Order: sequence, then C-alpha cells, then structure tokens
Amino acid sequence: MTPLQIIFIIVAVITLFAAIKVVSSRNLVHAALWLILVLFGIAVFFVILSAGFFAAAQVVIYIGAIAILMIFTIMLTRRVARDSGAQHNSNWWAAAVLSLLLFTGLSWILSRWQGFQSTAQPMLESADPLRQLGEGLVAPGGYLIPFEVASILLVAALIGAITVAWERK
Amino acid sequence: MAFWDYLPIAILFVISAGLAAIAVGLGHLFGPRKPTPKKLEPYESGMNPFGPGTRRMPVRFYLVAVLFILFDIEVVFFLPWAVVLKDLGITGLVEMIVFVSILVVGFIYAWKKGALEWE
Amino acid sequence: MTTGSVWEWIIKSVVIVFGLLTGFAYLTLLERKVLAKIQVRIGPNRAGPMGLFQPLADAIKLIFKEEIIPSRADKIIFVLAPIITVIPALIILGVLPFGGIITLFGRQISLSLADLNVGVLYITAIASISIYGIVLAGWSSNNKYAMLGGIRSSAQMISYELALGLSFIGPILLSGSMSLHDIVAAQKPLWFVVYQPVGALIFWIATLAEVNRAPFDMPEAEQELTAGYHTEYSGMKFALFFMAEYIKMIAVSAIAATLFFGGYRFVLEDQYPILGPVWLLGKVIVLLFGMIWVRATLPRIRYDRLMAFGWKFLFPLALANVFFTAIGIVLEKLWLIPLLTIAVFLGAVVMVGISETRRWRSHVF
Repeated sequence: MTPLQIIFIIVAVITLFAAIKVVSSRNLVHAALWLILVLFGIAVFFVILSAGFFAAAQVVIYIGAIAILMIFTIMLTRRVARDSGAQHNSNWWAAAVLSLLLFTGLSWILSRWQGFQSTAQPMLESADPLRQLGEGLVAPGGYLIPFEVASILLVAALIGAITVAWERK
Repeated sequence: MAFWDYLPIAILFVISAGLAAIAVGLGHLFGPRKPTPKKLEPYESGMNPFGPGTRRMPVRFYLVAVLFILFDIEVVFFLPWAVVLKDLGITGLVEMIVFVSILVVGFIYAWKKGALEWE
Repeated sequence: MTTGSVWEWIIKSVVIVFGLLTGFAYLTLLERKVLAKIQVRIGPNRAGPMGLFQPLADAIKLIFKEEIIPSRADKIIFVLAPIITVIPALIILGVLPFGGIITLFGRQISLSLADLNVGVLYITAIASISIYGIVLAGWSSNNKYAMLGGIRSSAQMISYELALGLSFIGPILLSGSMSLHDIVAAQKPLWFVVYQPVGALIFWIATLAEVNRAPFDMPEAEQELTAGYHTEYSGMKFALFFMAEYIKMIAVSAIAATLFFGGYRFVLEDQYPILGPVWLLGKVIVLLFGMIWVRATLPRIRYDRLMAFGWKFLFPLALANVFFTAIGIVLEKLWLIPLLTIAVFLGAVVMVGISETRRWRSHVF
C-alpha cells in the first residue's frame, strides 16, 4: 500500500466511527461535535484528492457556518442533554434489511460504472486548477446559469428563515 | 503532488495539539485540588445560583447564523472569481454584479424586516 | 518528498509554535507596559530588569493554580474547549511567508512552512473554526454568564467574519492569486494599502472583533457578564484562552502586514534575505502597538450597536470596496480604486452621522 492509501483508510475509519456516533450520541451537542469530525474527515478526503479549494471551502462553509447554525439551533431547544428514551423501536430489523439492500444495490451499480475503469485525463501541469474553477463559474461557456441560480436559492433560504423565525406579532 | 503540500500543515496541527494538551496536563499535574461543594457551584458573582445553568437562547442568534451562511457562501464564490477577473474583464464583472445584486435584495429585505435590529 | 523535508517541516513547525509562544509572553508584557505608560503608571517592573521576567513568573503561577471543574459541567467538553481554542490560533500562520529563501548549512531553505495555492481561503477556514472553542466553553460550563458570553461572542465573530472575508478579496483581485507568496511578490512595486486603504481599514476593524479585542471585547464585559465564556476557567485552562487571544493578535497582525503592507519585503531584503523575518516582525510590532493603543483609547461598544455596526456599516462597505476594486481592475485604472473607495467610505460615514444625529434628536436609542 502507498502511504496515501494508508492515510485514506485511517481517515475513512475515523470518519465512519464519528458518523455512527452522530446518530448514537444521546447528547445533542456531542452529536453535533461528532458531525463536525465527520465534516472534517470529508475535508481531508478532498485534500487527498488534491482538491485544496474544496477542502478549504468545506471547512469554511460546513464547519464554520452550517455546523455553527446547527449548534445554535440545538441550543434553542429545551433539554439538550437529557434524552433518556430508547434509541430504537421494534422496527429496527426492517430498517436494517432495507439499508443493507440499499447498500448492496448502490455498490452493485457503482461497480458496473465505467468511470472507475477508465482513468480520467490528468490535468495539465501548467493550468492552475483555481483559475479553471473561476473561469468555469463565470465564463459564458461554463456553469454560468447554475452559478446565478445559486444566488436565487440563497435568497429563498434567507426569506424562508425570516418568515419562520422572525414574523413579528 | 498537491496532497503533500498539506503535510506540513498536518505536522503543525499535531505539534500545536500536543502542546495544548501538555499545557492542560501540566495544570492537572501541578495544580492543587481541594474541591468543596460551594467551590464547584456556578459562579454568579457571589449570589446563590438559581435555575438551570444552560438556557435556551434567543431566536435572533439563529437568524444571524442563517444570514451568515448565505453571505459566507457568497464570499467563497468571490474567491475563484477574484483570481481570474483580470482575464475575464467586463463580462466577469457584470456576471458577479448580477449574482451579488440578487443577494443584496435579500439583504435589504432582511434589513427592512428588522432582522438586523437588536433591542 | 524526502525524509529530509519531513524533518525540515517538523523543525519549522516547532520554530513557528515556540516563536508564537514567546511572542505571546512578551506581548502581554508589552501590553501592560504600554497601557501603564498611557495611563501614567509604571507597570510591571519587579520581576527582572524592567519586568522582563514577568511573563515567566505569570506562567509558573498559572501552572500551580487550582483548577476547578464545576460540578454540573460537561467535563469532556470543558477540558477540550481551551485546546480547541488554541489550535487554530497556532496553525493559522502555517501558510504565511516569513521571508524569502536563505542558505543555511549549504541547504536552500525557504522561510515558510507551506505555500498553498488557496492560502487566503485557508486563513478564512481556520478563522472560522476558532469560534468553536468559545461557544463550547460557554455551553459546557453550565453557567448563565458563560453561556451568554459564549453565544454573544460567537454571533459577533460570525458577523464580522463576513467583512473580514470580503476584505481579503481586494489583495486577491490586485495580485490575481490566493497564495500569500504571490500576494507578497505582487507588492514589490507598491504596497497594497495604497490601492486598498478602505480594505485595510475594514480588515483591521474586523480582526479586532474577531479576536475579541477592545472596543469589541463585549463577550468579556466584566461588569455584566463577569468574564464571559471563560468565567468558570482557572489555572492553565484559563491561560490557554488568554494565550489564544494574544497569539491571534500576533497572527492577524502578521496577516495584515502580508496582505496590505508588503509582507516580509522592505529595504535591503533582496540582498540579504535573512532580513525578511526581521522586517515582518517590525511591521507586526507596529500593528500590535496600534491594537494596544486602540484598547487604551476607545470605550467598549454596546452589544446592539456592535452588531448593527458589523451588519449595517462594515459589511455593505466591504461589499462596495470589492465592487469598486473590481471596477478599477477591469478598467485597468488602478489609481481610481483608492479615490472611489475613500469617497464611498466618507459618504457612508456622513450618512451614519446624519442618521445617528436624527436618532439622538428624537431620543430613540
């Protein structure tokens, strides 16, 4: 194994463990902290894929903003740390079978996908991936429309948040 | 390879974390520990503590966090655009103005709705 | 990648970390001395000549202090929070160039740890995760004041982080790169503060709020919140919060020097690259002195005014600064940028003045 593969396996194990803790923690704030570890693991995956911009953007947006919102939201609720009910109900086996089926199905579809066999064309050494990203976002031939639509989506989210949380009586 | 550019950062991270842990450990090792029930109560300026220590927080902090996410994403979009603006010229500028002005409409809406007021 | 370079990175990391620790120790002394002079006092002068051993005495005292963990605190998070606070402060300078390339023992050594092509975004990322230590410290203490202080502090930090992020855009637009090395190189003819006077000012104000310094030290308002998020902390754990604040002061000053004041470059640096870190340190000390001066001069801002200032003044101004910088770049008339941005800044100040006067007249505070 190459060092990169060893790092990948270690990070993957940590990320999966943290992901399990997210759903099994009884304390909501602890669950949020495990979630942050998961998001950080994903940022490390981006680094392993040599996508530095996405790694840093993952940290800025998911850990620095969205997880903060989650922690604020958790602190809005009452009795954060005092969940003592059972963590699974009598249908747990059905859920287990379903998720196993889903996992097998997804693995089967992915294993047949051609993209894994064919190696992608390596990026030109001279081209800066950041410049390509910037041009892809705003150059007319690139992803201009999705880029502009993203701002409409963001404004819709803003108006929704104000309507839910801030309607004055 | 780009991945190894990040290895020094990982080394710095490990050394910093180790140092912080050692600092906390030193305090545990050398600090005296004589706890009394009074000493372990929450500090409320000498008054007897009352009510729960952690309370629900006001909803407007939630709203600030939502506003922050939206404009944080905008800032992240700005960065690759800023790198290439010199090559894109006037079209790049116009496209970003369209993007930002939609968000600014949302910002003005939040302002007029009073979401930025703290009384 | 060779073993030699791994050792090089480890040595550089240790030098950065211990350099920052030494800087922290003497920054506390500098602050106490400068504040004392401004307030016509003497300041610490007993430990060693001119009080030079004072930081050492403080450190020893803090190690031997009793540490209290409140009975109903969340113990794990309570212990982790100071560690989480200090790590971002120590690693944020990992991408900063401290100098050019020097030759030491026959080896070419570049005076920086890493040169990431997303350097500026890395700084934004690390700045954004430094909120966690504070919010977790406040929550885990099981103390009303700590909780309120932690939440206020985090809301303040995210509000000013927007203006901070936007003030980074100016230097990126001017240099066409996110790498701090390229940004320093692009300032060879002229420091960016000339093109970005308003951007540098926004950066300066936003960083004061980011590191919870006066006049934005609301979360630590003694009179109403006892000590904010670190009310329940004592001994070394308290020292770590204190350390994080002062190391962040050094870090943001170094970043400000790099983005707007030419970084490590100054006279004679081309001939003697070893002067790079010296010039950078000099610029950092000047900026730190400014921060201490601000603390000695300005009173604390009320929390509602602080949030209004961040959202209604600083953020729109930062957006306008990016807009006019981009116009200057596209039209290839760089001299337009300072003229336009300063005009906008003065216009905004006048508008705020008018509206505040009106508020004051109608007694609506």
